[in-house]
Amino acid sequence: MVYLTRIEHFNAAHKLYNPNWSKEKNHEVFGKCANENWHGHNFELYVTIKGEPDPETGFIFDAKKLGELVNEKVIEKLDHRNLNIDVDFMQGKLCSIENLVTGIWKELEPHLPPPVQLHCLKLVETAKIFVEYYGGK
Amino acid sequence: MGKKVAIFRIEHFNSAHRLFNADWDDEKNMEIFGKCALPNYHGHNYELVVKIIGEPDAKTGYVMDLKKLSDLVKEKIIERFDHKNLNLDTREFKNLNPTAENIAIVIYEILRPHIPKEKDLQIRLYETPRNFVEYPVD
Repeated sequence: MVYLTRIEHFNAAHKLYNPNWSKEKNHEVFGKCANENWHGHNFELYVTIKGEPDPETGFIFDAKKLGELVNEKVIEKLDHRNLNIDVDFMQGKLCSIENLVTGIWKELEPHLPPPVQLHCLKLVETAKIFVEYYGGK
Repeated sequence: MGKKVAIFRIEHFNSAHRLFNADWDDEKNMEIFGKCALPNYHGHNYELVVKIIGEPDAKTGYVMDLKKLSDLVKEKIIERFDHKNLNLDTREFKNLNPTAENIAIVIYEILRPHIPKEKDLQIRLYETPRNFVEYPVD
């Protein structure tokens, strides 16, 4: 088994805000991330797939095609967007990177051609903050 | 002639913005600024590099105390822009397009009066790891 990672980027606005709470409570819990007029990040998405190298190509999956797939299915929906407003798969969800990474998994995973398996998504929000998700619960 | 040294302090701020010229219609804005003009904003992790050039002080050996420079940049710049919408939340960009170029000029003009006159100041601003600007240039 070999793991292959493709890195893609998107720049987006968001805020951390629970509409069921008062403005005061949101600021108490989310601090400056609750700023009503949004803030933003340069996000980095690490997509790691796993599989056996194909005997004829030596590839688990063509890394360029993986990049195109990630761009088509995920990045085009997220890049230069407002994650709270513009992204269909984040509607009704709190816009944390935890929820974003599981949402991205659901968008991407069905499009990987068997026997390629999605192993891990790593989503980097800042130089100091990132999440990893391996699927499942 | 003394020996000039450049010192640098790096700080960060995370902000939302959009590129938009209010004198143009939506179509023209999209034509010029592309997806950067999308109406609901996007955002960046800005990295700000503040460069000060001068001669080290004979008594301290400092061009400028980097802790004091850091405190100054945090007070004057980071508190103003971090976790804000540059278009909506800051007076500096109410009528100025918040391109990296304009943000660098604004930061320079805010900081310049607080840096000793005999020192040179230069701003480098990264909008993404691959896009950055410098002001002023020779």
